[in-house]
Amino acid sequence: MADYKELVLTASGVNPLKCMRCGKCSGTCPSYDAMEYHPHQFVYMVEKGDIEKLMESKSIYTCLSCFACVERCPRDVEPAKLVEAVRLAVIRQQGKNHLKSEQIPDMVDEELPQQAIVSAFRKYSK
Amino acid sequence: MTYSYFPGCTLKTKAKDLDRYARISAEALGFTLEEIPDWQCCGGVYPMAKNEIATKLSSIRALANARDKEQTLVTLCSACHNVLKQVNHDMQTDEDIVRKANNYLKLDTPYQGEAQVLHYLEVLRDIVGFDTLKSKVTNPLKGKKIAAYYGCLLLRPGKIMQMDNPENPTILEDFIRAIGATPVIYPMRNECCGGYLTLDEKSVAESRSNKVMTSAADMGADMVITACPLCLYNLRKNSGVSDLPVIYFTEILAQALGLE
Repeated sequence: MADYKELVLTASGVNPLKCMRCGKCSGTCPSYDAMEYHPHQFVYMVEKGDIEKLMESKSIYTCLSCFACVERCPRDVEPAKLVEAVRLAVIRQQGKNHLKSEQIPDMVDEELPQQAIVSAFRKYSK
Repeated sequence: MTYSYFPGCTLKTKAKDLDRYARISAEALGFTLEEIPDWQCCGGVYPMAKNEIATKLSSIRALANARDKEQTLVTLCSACHNVLKQVNHDMQTDEDIVRKANNYLKLDTPYQGEAQVLHYLEVLRDIVGFDTLKSKVTNPLKGKKIAAYYGCLLLRPGKIMQMDNPENPTILEDFIRAIGATPVIYPMRNECCGGYLTLDEKSVAESRSNKVMTSAADMGADMVITACPLCLYNLRKNSGVSDLPVIYFTEILAQALGLE
């Protein structure tokens, strides 16, 4: 079995041991209500090596990359980078893209900016 | 003064107003935006992983092109601005990324983060100066109460973007004062609009945009301005607030300069 913890730590460059469990990342997260696991849980679950649960959760697709948790963490843990690294551990696998091009036509409307599609593809597909 | 200019994908399509008004206003203020030849889309979101290289190359090509021309690189779209500044920061600080990216690119001169990236608003504040801008306003927007929407990408992460105080910014409010209008300060001005989740989890974009627009409306705004095409879309389309107009900051700039 792949050592997902090592993979996630290397890709993210994050040291979860710096976390002092204040919960500010989750308190400020705009996607909090839509997440099964919240930013502070990503931090301690990665620390414990509990990565598979995160990989299977829809939470990895609800991070907005708004950098609120990165900016407001008093310990500079950068939880968003852990979410990104866990998501990459999934979508880098063959056939594991979360967004497929054939889904796009049904999602667009007249005003939708290209930026939305480009960003979603970068986040959800390889 | 001539700047290298990275318009980005959306300014060529759905956000032509953001681009067009910026260019004509720049000429009126004495600087030129010279589009980088053959620029490639930045990808819209900064690839955060240390081992993501290919997704950073389009930004590095644009940065290296500006460096070669000894020009500052100017962006308008909040997302392009965020991606280019963060990738440039990687190229200044992360030896592993610098080595791998340059191995791919094989540029005549390897790129090591030499270019300077400025948002158009930074050019207005730091090069033109808001006092000069004020003196060139022919059509001051007196009595207009304008709420500046920063969103997330203009300001964060603050230590890399180095544009303004990420929690209590003033650049857009100072801009609003310079064009003769009154800024409206409201709590949600630097919180996320829901971004690309409009595609995958629309309810998040709806609730976030609604919070932003309701907050601006509660504080008495007549209008919201933004630099981001996706923010504009979410605030207009997903917020459920339809009686508060949302426009690009460059459009009211052009109006104030008498160019519209």
